[in-house]
Amino acid sequence: MKTTLGERLTDWSISGFMWGFRILIVFIVVAGTFFTLQSGKYTGEQWIDFIVFGVSQGSIYALIALGYTMVYGILRMINFAHGEIFMSGAFSAYFLATWLNTIGFVDANPVLGLLIPILFAMFMSACIAMLVERVAYRPLRNAPRLVPLISAIGASFFLQYTFRGFFGPGVYAYPPIKALEGEWVIFGVGILKVQIIVAVAAALIMALLYIIVMRTKLGKAMRAVSEDKDTAALMGIDVNRIIVSTFAIGAAMAGAAGVLYALIYRQVNFFMGFTPGIKAFTSAVLGGIGNIPGAMLGGLVLGVFESIGPALFLDGLGIIRPYQLKDAIAYTMLVMILLFRPSGILGERLTSKKA
Amino acid sequence: MKKENFIWSSTKIGLLAGAIAIFLCLVGMVEVFSKRDVIEKVLTLGMFLLLATSILAGFLASRRTSELLDGNKAPSNLLAGAIAGLAMGAVLAFFVLFSNQVNLRAVFLNVTPALMQLLTFNQGVGGVWQLPVLGAVSGLAGGAFLLIPQNFRKPIVQALMVIIFLALFSSLFRIIMINQGGGIERTARTIFSQTGLTITGGLIFFFGTILFSVLWSTQRERVQNSVDRLPKKGKISLRVFSIILLAYVVIMLPQAAGPFIAQVVVIISLYILMGLGLNIEIGFAGLLDLGFVAFYAIGAYTVGLLTSYGEYGLQHVSFWVAVPIAVLVAMLFGGILGVPVLGVRGDYLAIATLGFGEIVRLLAGSDFMARWLGGPRGIIGIQKPCIGTLGEFVAVDVPRVCNGIELGKPQDIYYIAIASALLIAFFSYRLRESRLGRAWMAIREDEDVAEALGIKLVQAKLLAYMLGAAFAGLGGAIFATLVGSIFASSMQLIVSINVVALIIVGGMGSIPGVIVGAIALIGLPELLREVSEFRFLLYGVALIAVMLAKPEGLWPSETISRELHHDEVAETTS
Amino acid sequence: MNKRLLALLSLLVIASMMLAACGGGTGGDTGSGGDTGSGGDTGTSGYECTDPLGCVTIGPDEPVHVAFWGVLSGADSSLGEDSKRGVEIAIDDRGGQLLGHDILLTTEDGLCTPEGGATAAQKLATDTSIVGLVGSTCSDETVGGIAAITNAGLTTISPANTRPVLTDPNRGPDYAGYLRTAHSDAFQGKAVAEFAYNVLGVRKAATIHDGSAYAEALQQVFADEFAALGGEVVAQEAVARDATDMRPVLTTIAAAQPEFVYFPVFVAGGGFIVNQIRDVAGLEDVKIAGSDGIFTADFLEAGGENTVGMYLSSPDFGAFPGGYPEFIEKHNAKYGGAPLSVFHAHAYDAANMLFAALEAVAVVQEDGTIFVPRQALRDAVYATQNFQGVTGSLSCSPSGDCGAPVIAIYEITNADPASWDPQNADNPNPKKIYP
Repeated sequence: MKTTLGERLTDWSISGFMWGFRILIVFIVVAGTFFTLQSGKYTGEQWIDFIVFGVSQGSIYALIALGYTMVYGILRMINFAHGEIFMSGAFSAYFLATWLNTIGFVDANPVLGLLIPILFAMFMSACIAMLVERVAYRPLRNAPRLVPLISAIGASFFLQYTFRGFFGPGVYAYPPIKALEGEWVIFGVGILKVQIIVAVAAALIMALLYIIVMRTKLGKAMRAVSEDKDTAALMGIDVNRIIVSTFAIGAAMAGAAGVLYALIYRQVNFFMGFTPGIKAFTSAVLGGIGNIPGAMLGGLVLGVFESIGPALFLDGLGIIRPYQLKDAIAYTMLVMILLFRPSGILGERLTSKKA
Repeated sequence: MKKENFIWSSTKIGLLAGAIAIFLCLVGMVEVFSKRDVIEKVLTLGMFLLLATSILAGFLASRRTSELLDGNKAPSNLLAGAIAGLAMGAVLAFFVLFSNQVNLRAVFLNVTPALMQLLTFNQGVGGVWQLPVLGAVSGLAGGAFLLIPQNFRKPIVQALMVIIFLALFSSLFRIIMINQGGGIERTARTIFSQTGLTITGGLIFFFGTILFSVLWSTQRERVQNSVDRLPKKGKISLRVFSIILLAYVVIMLPQAAGPFIAQVVVIISLYILMGLGLNIEIGFAGLLDLGFVAFYAIGAYTVGLLTSYGEYGLQHVSFWVAVPIAVLVAMLFGGILGVPVLGVRGDYLAIATLGFGEIVRLLAGSDFMARWLGGPRGIIGIQKPCIGTLGEFVAVDVPRVCNGIELGKPQDIYYIAIASALLIAFFSYRLRESRLGRAWMAIREDEDVAEALGIKLVQAKLLAYMLGAAFAGLGGAIFATLVGSIFASSMQLIVSINVVALIIVGGMGSIPGVIVGAIALIGLPELLREVSEFRFLLYGVALIAVMLAKPEGLWPSETISRELHHDEVAETTS
Repeated sequence: MNKRLLALLSLLVIASMMLAACGGGTGGDTGSGGDTGSGGDTGTSGYECTDPLGCVTIGPDEPVHVAFWGVLSGADSSLGEDSKRGVEIAIDDRGGQLLGHDILLTTEDGLCTPEGGATAAQKLATDTSIVGLVGSTCSDETVGGIAAITNAGLTTISPANTRPVLTDPNRGPDYAGYLRTAHSDAFQGKAVAEFAYNVLGVRKAATIHDGSAYAEALQQVFADEFAALGGEVVAQEAVARDATDMRPVLTTIAAAQPEFVYFPVFVAGGGFIVNQIRDVAGLEDVKIAGSDGIFTADFLEAGGENTVGMYLSSPDFGAFPGGYPEFIEKHNAKYGGAPLSVFHAHAYDAANMLFAALEAVAVVQEDGTIFVPRQALRDAVYATQNFQGVTGSLSCSPSGDCGAPVIAIYEITNADPASWDPQNADNPNPKKIYP
């Protein structure tokens, strides 16, 4: 293979551009951080606050991202309707929780009052996801990979506007739970109870998932199907059943995330799934799509960067109103990480056939 | 395997239909559509929805029965249909009784008294018995429909479809026809009412379609034969004639149909431009891009900044100068943004581009960039194109005066949009056949093999990215001129998603597919603005339905459908 | 085969004849009505249209066709839905009739964007049977669509646009057909600044907006006025429209140590801020205020207990001449819940203003045919003086401002949405405290 001088020049300029780009981003981050820290605008406690806020937001992203990543691991498909599954969980829990709250059940049994809506949301989300899988995805299992993406987009619209039709376009307030108000002091730092509960609940649910995937027969079968569907089928695994279970488990995680989201932000709306859905997808890619610990890590990293980024990087550079650009920071960071590690933080290098 | 009892299978179908009917009620469609008519004073659209569900349930139950019994047996078929309809009616009746007891409205907003009145035929709970009866009758009709021979069934179905289509778009057709005045106006008033078709109109179209369909099926061969028998010269002149006719229709359309149709066609053309651009990336080179709106935004903002005589206008050049600059700027950005992300593959690329799209939108609307881009206040006062003396093509006075012809209305911009779309479609077509086009196809098939064959991956991909960006930039430039103002809020992710969807729905890699996809996914929803609340619901259902029915798209390119077929063969053999 | 076909066809013909006969029985009036209608067109009824913008002719059996345009899908759809309901109630109030004809309401989705507004407006402009419009809801939609509406000779009254420039005296001829019952933002920001500086006595203020033109303009007016009074604006921050986690931005604001935080955003975002602001160290006791974007019972629902003690600016409901509670009763009965946003009453007034103007200028013939001269209708709407709406006494200025912007500051005293009654001067929640 001969290369002409022109071609080599193009190669050089492209790789030079890439390096310039990387150096520029690193420089912006370092300079921004330096100036912000030098200005001493924020106290140490405020920095800790930023991180705590980021962790609770990030653990929700992580829970949703798990569903994306599990489905992707098995079907190599972006389940675009996953954000709406999250929304439907939150909505179902809203009605149950409001009812439990009005009959005074939540105040009497705070633990059950929290747990029952979460379980109900997990159940409803799983049902809806299985329905969507049956109707919109299963018939397209062997179609080219963009086809299920489009039907997933269709399902996403359908679910969103079904909920709008059922419950209207307004905002519903998730009932306040007395037991979750106030803060706990840990190592001398006051942290909101809600934030801790949400982070702990998310961690527990993720640990449960990890046990299911790593220790149970179902998990083993899931891993086998994700490696190679045909071989798994030859080994006597019912591939269809495993795929449905994957959808159901991923959706249950999203449903739980919906309730946790509602606990922190106290609002439910038909459009609420869209942005967290995109963010969770970003987290999944960030961690390395198809990789379960990667999704958890990606979610946390994204949450923390979003929370801390505007103050840390942009404030010091004299950019006004940096929180407007919070999402831009999240996406820039995504691109940046992909530049250094093209398959995400924990992702393996995929061959083009798999990707 | 033991065969199912047909009565049980019919009941199941009926129950499912009942669930769908309740869904239609809860989501609010039945009540809202009851204000629209299929046939004036005979059948409202809301009632039609429910009737159609039960007739379809009856038909499906009847068909299933034939499968179970190995052939049509009239009494069983009819019974199956009636059972399915009865089951659906019973479910709906139960729903009415239930919501009469329990205040469902605390949760479901659409369980209104008005809906209950509709479902009980304004007779209160006492009228509820009519639902199962009506269900059974319509289910029976559906079941009986199966017994009609196939070649009668088809024209009837076609006639019904035509009627529904016309009823849905009746207000649009009516307005356009009335605006023509004279005889056309009188015809419009006879066949269309303000909310649907009139009885006369319904009958005319029903039997007209049947007649046409029957004639067509019997006479088609004769017509085709006579066309085939034409001498070569005659064939050419026939073709020329049809092209001239088509061109005439395209040119006269905005004059006859008015600004709304022109506006919709312009928007369709813009999406065709973007679709053709993204088609190069996805369809030819296999790069999934979910941030395509970024280049659209860049094109629009460039034209805005160059031509606006508002606060943020930098230069006051004319439209004709600004558009090529906008295309070049978009292309440049395509290159700049393309280099970093093209190293990543597959779905990583999808999310990276999505990120870019969002970054561009966020920056454009941010206070940080507001000094230059207007932030939330947007850029307003964008000039309309002017055809005049040579000087006016270049420099423009502030405030601008157009001494020639001003292309200000949508009907005028229509021509610019159509011409651009045609030009780009032609360009796209030539590109696909070129050496570069074949290199892209190779990359799409297998990057590693393509690289081994000596194709420069990064360069070829970058070119695809830049050309795609250029097309989108042109779309954005025309958009800015059409609307006359740009706001960052117009540059949402949904635009990118729409473009991806229209390419796949049209048929990946296919140029006519892009046009069909844009008309189906952008044009129809624009025309259906009246049913605003349900537009996206129907859009979602349509996306799923098209993908299920035709995974290769509405107008697939030959290579892709061959590949798809090939894949299937490979899968079954492996 | 052909025989069977023939049999089927003849069967169908017979069926259709029977159907036609039945239809003729019930729909007989339609036929004859249509005839007289077209007779009216040819001038036999003796009315000749001399209006410079032409006339809309409504046949004896045809409905009076009005339209609503605004955002009905997407994240902002509650804003449009809310206004649309106001119009629907106004129609219900008249028993669905005007001048003895049914009222037909067409709705068009403007998507809250200029291009959406433009398409919606083009569609409405093409329909020559439309006599008048209510809309749009988002100022962007008006910017995109108003030229088409004005040039078609139509008149639209917006219940929800608050961008000041839309009713600027120099707004240009494209806006000739545009009026609004909503108030311009310019008044509100000033009132809040005066209240904060003079009444609360704060000297350091911070603002948050959500990137919408509404919030951005309002907080800027506030900041300018507050600085002009001698106060210091220590932070002006912004969040994304769909942001949910406000704690980081609030932490940044806390670092500037304001005494007063003003966030003129919408219900969802306002709910997020008010729910999270007390969690942030340094802002536990800061005074907070919002504007009419969150002046609704829905905001109490979204913000809960934390809203108590918060200040809201809004049109002075004390100046409402009455009728608002009755309106809300009708609303809640019809839609099974409280209003979704702020401008339902403005939409109700806009629709009633339009109907009143229609009744004033319509020329009714003996056979029931109505002629509506378009320019005369537009003039009649502009000439509206002391119209008693539920939002106040409405008088339209030559540049299209009809709302009566007496701005007041209210304090929320109770978080129960059911207690929300800005009309009531005695049992006040919210309680009017300024002026």
